[in-house]
Amino acid sequence: MSHPAMINRYKWYELIGIYAGILLFLTFVLAPFVEGFLVSLKPLSLLFSSPYRFWPENGSFEAYRTMWISVPGFGRYIFNSFFISTIVTAVVLVLVVPAAYAFARFDFRGSGVLLGAFLAVNMFSGAVLLIPLFRLMRTMGVLNTYFAMIVPGVAFLIPSAIWLLRTYMMRIPKELDEAAFVDGASHFYTLRRVILPIAMPGITVVAITTFIGAYAQQFIYALTFNSKSEYMPLPVGLFAYFGRQEVVWNELMAASFVGIAPALVVIFFLQRYLVSGLTAGAVKQ
Amino acid sequence: MGVHRSTVIFAWILLLPALLYVLVIVAYPLVDTVILSFTDASLKKLTNWVGFDNYRKIFNATFASVIVRTFIWTFFSVSIKMIIGTFGATMLNSAVPGRSLFRVLTMPPWIVPMAIGIFMWGWMYNGQFGMISGVLQNLGLVSGPVAFLAYGSTAFWATIITDVWIGVPLVTLYMLAAMQAIPQDLYEAAWTDGAGRAYRFRRITLPLLVPSLITMSMLSLIATFNSFDIIWILTRGGPDGETTTMIIDTYRTAIGSYKYGEGAARAVLICIFLSLFCLAYFRTTSRFATGDNR
Repeated sequence: MSHPAMINRYKWYELIGIYAGILLFLTFVLAPFVEGFLVSLKPLSLLFSSPYRFWPENGSFEAYRTMWISVPGFGRYIFNSFFISTIVTAVVLVLVVPAAYAFARFDFRGSGVLLGAFLAVNMFSGAVLLIPLFRLMRTMGVLNTYFAMIVPGVAFLIPSAIWLLRTYMMRIPKELDEAAFVDGASHFYTLRRVILPIAMPGITVVAITTFIGAYAQQFIYALTFNSKSEYMPLPVGLFAYFGRQEVVWNELMAASFVGIAPALVVIFFLQRYLVSGLTAGAVKQ
Repeated sequence: MGVHRSTVIFAWILLLPALLYVLVIVAYPLVDTVILSFTDASLKKLTNWVGFDNYRKIFNATFASVIVRTFIWTFFSVSIKMIIGTFGATMLNSAVPGRSLFRVLTMPPWIVPMAIGIFMWGWMYNGQFGMISGVLQNLGLVSGPVAFLAYGSTAFWATIITDVWIGVPLVTLYMLAAMQAIPQDLYEAAWTDGAGRAYRFRRITLPLLVPSLITMSMLSLIATFNSFDIIWILTRGGPDGETTTMIIDTYRTAIGSYKYGEGAARAVLICIFLSLFCLAYFRTTSRFATGDNR
């Protein structure tokens, strides 16, 4: 009898090779964050000294304090980013939870095509639909409002949310809703009272990934549909600052780290669900 | 499953809100883009029908080079992403202590706001004080500061590397999931037969990964072709247009110069390319019958 554990036993030189490979890989992935963080700790004089020095001698968190003043509107950008992402997530959930249930349970004519059509939406991100959307928003007079940044964001987060939640709901035994239906419960009652509570963990994962997606991707629409700094989300607000001649780099990096902190916290606490949730549906189990 | 009429109606009621939303925000603008592309719409001008004028106008040498550049840019970005991502997945799939921590550490570029990750690359590429230039100088490989974003050829590769960096976590996690979906008993059987690690990788892992590799490449292709933020933030298509891809060119024409008609014609062209990619994607996935057709 073979023992499964023995297959995966590595010789010492294999172990060294694997760790070296992981180190190389993670260096590429994490280098900008490490460098960005070190820059945020460095005093300006050290930043602009030659030769280049990696380690922040006399490093301090001073930039995290001063950036609130030198990156004007920083607090407002953070608030805007959270506000936009929260509304986007709420709207996506309201639209997607019923739709995912329909796709998970009812195999009616055209459902496959429709599911494919939803996924095809993923194809048209970015600048492709920008012109008509821009004109539409202008005609409606909602340029330079939160509305203009929220509405397109929702559309492009719907497909992956449907996909994820549908996969999750398909794992809920069909007998549950069939039993409720046989007992005389209406479809709607079954969805609300039987499926929703069980699907809650899945809905939570979708809510989190949608929020992160909304927070992470609010660039092109915000850049195009809004020019008022009071409504700018963080990425565009910092971009305006980034484009200047006299960028105070340590403060920009400090601001960036405060801006990505929520995402890092989410990764830390929810990585297990994120990895399994995001890869589920991607590959046949 | 026996489908009652009432069940079908119920399913449609559940779908309708999401469907209507997508129709208004995606399908309508799509149709409008096509219509606009046949007009001379701009910020000031009243809209006139101009037939294929916009399309005729964009087929000049400059735009031809934009198309070619977009394909080269996309090709290298996707290939490098796939190579690094698959390499990372292979490493993270090893049963070594600490691997769950390493898996978490791959995620940040993908989950943090894209623009902010790009600012960090902007600093790394900075000509006077940036890390890459600094390290190269410290190592004595270059004699003076290198402003990577100031020259066409280096800026071109700089934007590709940043795009690879953003895309690698998703490829890695996807390929990792694909590797873990391979039944363990295949390896055990091969192991009992005395097959070595390299042999098992070449004869079991690699062949079984082909469908996932193709699927991920296609998804990555679409995302990369659409990539806007990275180039816009780092170079805005410059220097001298050397990093201008179709998306950037469309944005500049339509939003930058308010030439909606000409921009729309470019957008339609992008849609045509994307549709071709999608068609290829659906054909290959249905051929390999991976998990997507549940």
